Amino acid sequence: MTDLTELGVAAIRDGVAKGDFTAVEVADAFNANVAAAQDALNAFIVATPEAAVEAARATDAKRAAGETLGKMAGVPIGMKDLFATKGVQTTAASHILEGFKPEYESTVSQKLWDAGAGMLGKLNLDQFAMGSSNETSYFGNVISPWRRPGSNAPLAPGGSSGGSSAAIAARLCPAATGTDTGGSIRQPAAFTGITGIKPTYGRCSRWGVVAFASSLDQAGAMAHDVTDCSIMLEAMTGFDPKDSTSLDMPVPEWTANLSADLKGKKVGIPREYRVDGMPAEIEAIWQQGIAWLKDAGAEVVDVTLPHTQYALPAYYIIAPAEASSNLARYDGVRYGLRDLPDGANLQDMYAATRAAGFGAEVKRRILIGTYVLSAGFYDAYYTQAQKVRTLISHDFMGAFSEVDVLLTPTAPSAAFALGENADDPLAMYLNDVFTVPASLAGLPAMSVPAGLDAQGLPLGLQLIGKPFDEQGVLNAGLAIEQRAGFAAKPEKWW
Amino acid sequence: MSVDTATVAKIASLARIQVNAQEIEAMVPELNGILAWVEQLGEVDVSGIEPMTAVIPNQQRLREDVIDADPLTGGGKRDAVLANAPAAEHGFFGVPKVIE
Repeated sequence: MTDLTELGVAAIRDGVAKGDFTAVEVADAFNANVAAAQDALNAFIVATPEAAVEAARATDAKRAAGETLGKMAGVPIGMKDLFATKGVQTTAASHILEGFKPEYESTVSQKLWDAGAGMLGKLNLDQFAMGSSNETSYFGNVISPWRRPGSNAPLAPGGSSGGSSAAIAARLCPAATGTDTGGSIRQPAAFTGITGIKPTYGRCSRWGVVAFASSLDQAGAMAHDVTDCSIMLEAMTGFDPKDSTSLDMPVPEWTANLSADLKGKKVGIPREYRVDGMPAEIEAIWQQGIAWLKDAGAEVVDVTLPHTQYALPAYYIIAPAEASSNLARYDGVRYGLRDLPDGANLQDMYAATRAAGFGAEVKRRILIGTYVLSAGFYDAYYTQAQKVRTLISHDFMGAFSEVDVLLTPTAPSAAFALGENADDPLAMYLNDVFTVPASLAGLPAMSVPAGLDAQGLPLGLQLIGKPFDEQGVLNAGLAIEQRAGFAAKPEKWW
Repeated sequence: MSVDTATVAKIASLARIQVNAQEIEAMVPELNGILAWVEQLGEVDVSGIEPMTAVIPNQQRLREDVIDADPLTGGGKRDAVLANAPAAEHGFFGVPKVIE
């Protein structure tokens, strides 16, 4: 019998529907992989094998009764521990939320359960989704299943959705939720040789997702390939009146309309994404991607996004500003940790609780955010950054008046070793140089695995689309996927 | 613009995060590094440009003026609201002394 954990979303769902295997068999197989890899990879904060089996039993029972099965029926998935799950600890990988068991279910996770998916567990991440390497979790680093040849040095799975990316690459789950604020789905996908898409801002409800920077946060799908991401995204998206920025639009049939034929489409290559010091291999894979899209029938043209270099500094004002405001809610009163020193008054309790409950990177961003929003500095920093954000958005709209989709590298390098960038916050921030601009403009964007570097580590290509045009992004991604034929996977050492 | 130890102490106090002198010393160069890097935004000509307020155009909606229109976010949830409180007492959030 085939190893069920090698299968993706579509293959599992269709196999269960046809009766080739049962959903419970699938859940059991993935539960075993989750348990076996936990010590080595630390991808999960909490495993929920019973929940996975329970959902699988429900799917098997529905099938036996001849009922209609959902889009994700029989597919067990990993849930990033940023989504509130009723009765199951939800921490955002922080100490301040350790032990927090929500009394409600996030809209996105509920939609996935309603579509027939089951939960294998809550996936590790950078604390409050702040990081690009999964080194800021209170519950320890996630270790990538990938290694450099002849080396045991642990590599970063990317971040912040690093538990998600590591778990999919290591076959601990066929798909997982991610969230993307400045690249947190796309960069980890690129680092681990998987596929990940963030839709247009507003497609996925933010209700029940622990907030980092609300004008940027957007949930998305991570899986082995474009089709699986498309299926999962359809199950996650849709209007939610409980999120004031939710888009009141129907969910398109992305999967049914997938097409790798790009005849008549124009692909833009933004010249500003050719940055100093970028490894030759990244440039080479980018050129390869251009050739693949031409082969698929697309016309490729150069475009300019003149304010690209200002995207990262604008992001590192806007995101911390919003975070400092959002994270004010952690006060030791209503939920989570409380640190009450002897004789402390209310203000002392707030300060002690937050000192004990937040990690170093979270504190750094709260302080930056507090500073840029403080009296006398607000206009110089925050208003200026929001104006630059408008210009970045205008850049994209200008490019999209000529082209349908943009092709860029996803990250400026392959996965780095843990600890390599940990002492220098700025070096770490630069990892997001290619992903942040699309986040600032709220655009749909995805990373697809395109090849390996000389060390045998995965490299990803990024596709950025017009607002609401996830279809254009998925189709171009599919064209690359079919030509790249990426089948590499990490050699099992865990 | 750059920050000194007094400014970092003030920001930390505004953010309600307790920090000791050693932590402040460590944060000053880190924050200054980040602030010096974001200074480059000052060179962008933004004359006549409005600050971004909504990345994707959207309408503000009003919900129906009905009590408990959405049972998930309506009223009558006292125990659920208090379920994760570190010190819930008599149906309220317990806090240390507020008035001296």
